[in-house]
Amino acid sequence: MNACLQTIADYSFRSIGFGERLLPKTDFTLCQQFTLIGSGMLWNIYFGLIALIAGFFLATAIAVAKNSNSYWVRKPAEWFIFLFRGSPLFIQFFLAYETFVLLPKVGVDINLGFTEITAETRWLTKAWLGAAIVLFLNTAAYSGEIFYGALKSVPKGDVEAADAYGLSGWPRFKRIIWPTMLRLAWPAYTNEAIFLFHATTLVFFSGFPAWQQRGDALYYANYFADKTFNPFVPYPILGFYFIILTLCVIGVYGLINKRLNRHLPENQRQRIKVRPQIIR
Amino acid sequence: MFSFCAEPKTLEGVTWLACYLTTGKHIAFYGSFITVMVLIAITAPVALLFGFGGATAARSTIAPLRWFGKGYTAIVRGIPDIAFFLFFVIALDQAFEFLRHKVLCPEWTDPIRQGNDFVVCSAAKLPLSSSPQWVHETYGFFLAVLTFAIVFGAFAANVLYGGMRAVPRGQLETAEAYGMSRRQTFWRILVPQMWVYALPGLSNLWMILIKATPLLFLLGVEDIVYWARELGGSKTQVFSYPHGDWRLYYFLGLLVFYLALTKVSEVALAKLMARLTKGQATMGGEAQRKAVAS
Repeated sequence: MNACLQTIADYSFRSIGFGERLLPKTDFTLCQQFTLIGSGMLWNIYFGLIALIAGFFLATAIAVAKNSNSYWVRKPAEWFIFLFRGSPLFIQFFLAYETFVLLPKVGVDINLGFTEITAETRWLTKAWLGAAIVLFLNTAAYSGEIFYGALKSVPKGDVEAADAYGLSGWPRFKRIIWPTMLRLAWPAYTNEAIFLFHATTLVFFSGFPAWQQRGDALYYANYFADKTFNPFVPYPILGFYFIILTLCVIGVYGLINKRLNRHLPENQRQRIKVRPQIIR
Repeated sequence: MFSFCAEPKTLEGVTWLACYLTTGKHIAFYGSFITVMVLIAITAPVALLFGFGGATAARSTIAPLRWFGKGYTAIVRGIPDIAFFLFFVIALDQAFEFLRHKVLCPEWTDPIRQGNDFVVCSAAKLPLSSSPQWVHETYGFFLAVLTFAIVFGAFAANVLYGGMRAVPRGQLETAEAYGMSRRQTFWRILVPQMWVYALPGLSNLWMILIKATPLLFLLGVEDIVYWARELGGSKTQVFSYPHGDWRLYYFLGLLVFYLALTKVSEVALAKLMARLTKGQATMGGEAQRKAVAS
């Protein structure tokens, strides 16, 4: 028991570089596997959250752009969606990594007011920035398509009612179209969020190196499976963590879904159904 | 390949490129595209079969069979598919070796898991250590196909299960009223009708399968990603065709390949859907009828 507490103290933040430097080499205990794989989950959560939050805004912009009447606004959005939805995420990671490696190594000073930091292009070759950017663009494309579909099915009557009230342009979008679009898209968007978290496991298997063995959950699970030659322990642990993460995502998105649907009578509300049909 | 390629260092321009793109390794690279196509061609029907089995089991009246079916369709819900790919490749390999070990070496008494090693008698090794290289490669590919089929079978089981549930209840009740047995109802009424409902999900699955093929690289098969990394890496003067880091261009080539593949599939699937909807009493069928009439 005490040994396990020690292990937790040593390894629970190993994936972000705190605690014991060397990974366990022999005599792997269940406790070590649970702790390290759980530690790796920090990366999965980080990538998922960054991509989801940033991707949400780009996705809205892309959906609106794809719905635009102007050829020059619509086409780029269509191409963006086609590019990221039509190719495997795995290839996108490789391609992005090779591109970032070839970029000239320069730094840009950014004044944050209280301190000055130098943003360098070599950060792009690191997983924390480079992979996050790829995931961000990827989820923006997938969610953009979902939002576009929802935008198309916003009831005509709602928009006409907004017109009748004298709303137009930005206020009409913000107060009428956008909330309805989100409400209609939300069940599908929940699925997208779940599979985005699943997709984060690809990061350290696709070009981006795990610096100082700081990897995500699958990286550590794979490490243990390679070392013990026994896949029946680490992968179920990984599965356990991901099921919990999935349940959390469904919980949070369910709450938002409830809020988006709160003005509707009970029988018209949309329920969230997990439909596991999206891998990249 | 060409006769003028004997002295690569003296070549320039187009002839250099022509020779470079026809080296033995490049031929292997082009061959790996066929590997990917073969994988898709084998996996799709096998996964469909697994999926059909899973969906049927999930509807079974026998409880353990139903649990198995439900469990199988549920595995892909919460866990990343990549974890399954990495898991099944080792697990299947060990399962096969374990079974052969039990059959071929019954007198062996040592435990199979000794610490961090998995030890079976040499006769049970898969493939046998004396086997030629191509047997090892084929076995690796076979494991990869089986892994893909299991994972995609679970996806397909989900889709087909939904398709079976979408068949109107009245159809099945009518069949029962006509005195058909459960088996007859299933094969004559349910199965022929479920495909229209399952097709959107299945075409989605087809796209997913195409986009999952680069994962072959993780399963240890020499696929297009392997060769793109291998050939694109910078080559020094020691090599016949020295060049810098060209991996970016190779991956761009792969990107174009996949985009083309998904685009072609998209068009073909839209055609198939239009064909299957023809004359159906659905919204799609009605829209087609109106378009012709006007």
